[in-house]
Amino acid sequence: MDTTTTTDSKWDRLIRPEYVHGSLYTDEAIFREELEKIWYRTWVYVGHVSEIPNPNDYVLKTIGLEEVIMTRDREGQINLLHNRCPHRGNRVCVKREGNARSFTCAYHGWNFGNDGALKGYPYPSGYPDDKRKELGLGKVARMSIYKGFVFGSLAADGPTLEEHLGPARAALDNVCANSPEGEIELNTGFLQHKVKANWKLLVENETDGYHPQVTHASIFEVAQSGIGPLYNEAADSVTRYFGNGHSELDLRPEFRKFNEPMRWFGTSASRLPDYVSKMNARYGEQKAHEIMVDGVRHVMIFPNLFIAEIQLFVLQPLSVSETVQHVTALQFKGAPDLNRRMRQQTMGSVGPAGFLLADDAEMYERTQAGVAQRNPEWLYLGRGSHRERVEDDGCVIGNVTDDMPSRHLWKHYKSLMEAA
Amino acid sequence: MTQDQMLQLMEVSQFIYQEARLQDEHRYDEWERLWTDDAIYWVPANGDDLDPEACMSIIYDNRSRLGLRVKQFYTGKRHTQMPQSRLCRVVSNIEVLGQEDEDLRVRANAIVFESHTRGEVLWACTNTYHLRRLDGQWRMARKKVVLANNHSALYTMSFLV
Repeated sequence: MDTTTTTDSKWDRLIRPEYVHGSLYTDEAIFREELEKIWYRTWVYVGHVSEIPNPNDYVLKTIGLEEVIMTRDREGQINLLHNRCPHRGNRVCVKREGNARSFTCAYHGWNFGNDGALKGYPYPSGYPDDKRKELGLGKVARMSIYKGFVFGSLAADGPTLEEHLGPARAALDNVCANSPEGEIELNTGFLQHKVKANWKLLVENETDGYHPQVTHASIFEVAQSGIGPLYNEAADSVTRYFGNGHSELDLRPEFRKFNEPMRWFGTSASRLPDYVSKMNARYGEQKAHEIMVDGVRHVMIFPNLFIAEIQLFVLQPLSVSETVQHVTALQFKGAPDLNRRMRQQTMGSVGPAGFLLADDAEMYERTQAGVAQRNPEWLYLGRGSHRERVEDDGCVIGNVTDDMPSRHLWKHYKSLMEAA
Repeated sequence: MTQDQMLQLMEVSQFIYQEARLQDEHRYDEWERLWTDDAIYWVPANGDDLDPEACMSIIYDNRSRLGLRVKQFYTGKRHTQMPQSRLCRVVSNIEVLGQEDEDLRVRANAIVFESHTRGEVLWACTNTYHLRRLDGQWRMARKKVVLANNHSALYTMSFLV
């Protein structure tokens, strides 16, 4: 394997300052290398603690192509276990979710606690010594939880989760602050939308503020949505790059002009009296007002967690040209009136039949088909390169319609792929 | 089966075939007129019967959102249906399950073949209808479409299922 980091690396030839090569989305070998250097090395979002609220709850998740069982054990501790029996490699858990103190391999009956420990196996006298001490379900090398968001890394060493998130942590803080109890819950099940496209096209689209007015013209037109105009070069909305691949579309400058609570959600304080009074009680009127004017942010945590105001998406690559978007409504603890609207709007806009996402999916798939063509070989990402600027905290800012997040994402990608 | 029941089954079957044809032919406005004002159009996810008021569904439209769905097609900018999917569905196993208040409950299976620029997809579902007689015409008060694979990841399904 080529492990050089000279200026003439393969990646220098594929990634230029304002251009990326089409093969980055189509080359099977590159996808395999991404699995090793991104999906199995960096921090990847796995799930949320609220998906397994009770002792012994579990749910199947993935890190790249690896299947992991996220469990809450008897003591309430969260575990990330590889779904593979150490005996003959069988999957030990085939149900997508449930409540179980242990997992029993259906092939030879090996039994594992929901912390991964091997508890027993049939006919133990057939083994020269007690294998329970040395064998068990594999554990994801590192796990870290930030405000209920569970991340895993298959690499034993590397930056901490907090280092990895950097300033993007503020965006997760902000999501939680919109809850009158300071916590989100994911308890309504996921929609699973499969697309014939490379995962990076989805990552790039999540904070692309250039496309909504065009791609989503049909729904903006008929739903009289107030969101469309915010994605306009003349708007004060910005795009922000946090570092390490993370970015956001920040619409708060526009919402602040109006200074109306809940406008971000297309509604008003008077329609959500219960939520508003609970927010006032928790944060005080001044702070609650600010939170409710700003709303939830639109943030992409590289490589696979996307929070879009009212929804949470998880990206799962299946192959170089297939990706699943898992999506669910954000639910705020203690806010039933708001939560109901979140669910309704989520069901309308996303998933396989959604007013918005079906058209995004169409664009991913057309792009995937396009980049497989030969000429021009390169994709141009130069929009707004003359007007990006760096904020005091080191984050980069661009116009909401600029390609800035993609440009910086590719720089980060290149640094990950060049690493040995 | 009494003669009245046979007649009713025939009527109901004709109505369901008509609905299928309007869907296959993308005749959205005529399809929309098949619904009652209190209609519910429901395509569950992750099982047959998860409470749509508490859990995610692929589609859970009331009458007004259903109207929005139709309007979106007519903008000419619903990209995922440009070009439109070529559709051919076979509806079968039609059974009248019984009367529920003013509605007749009817069940049917459908196999829908979709040819899209993405490729060809075969969808299979069990439909449950609540049909109501209004001014001498059958109308849909409710249609629930349980896709056989609604527990797994699905390609875009932007036509009327």
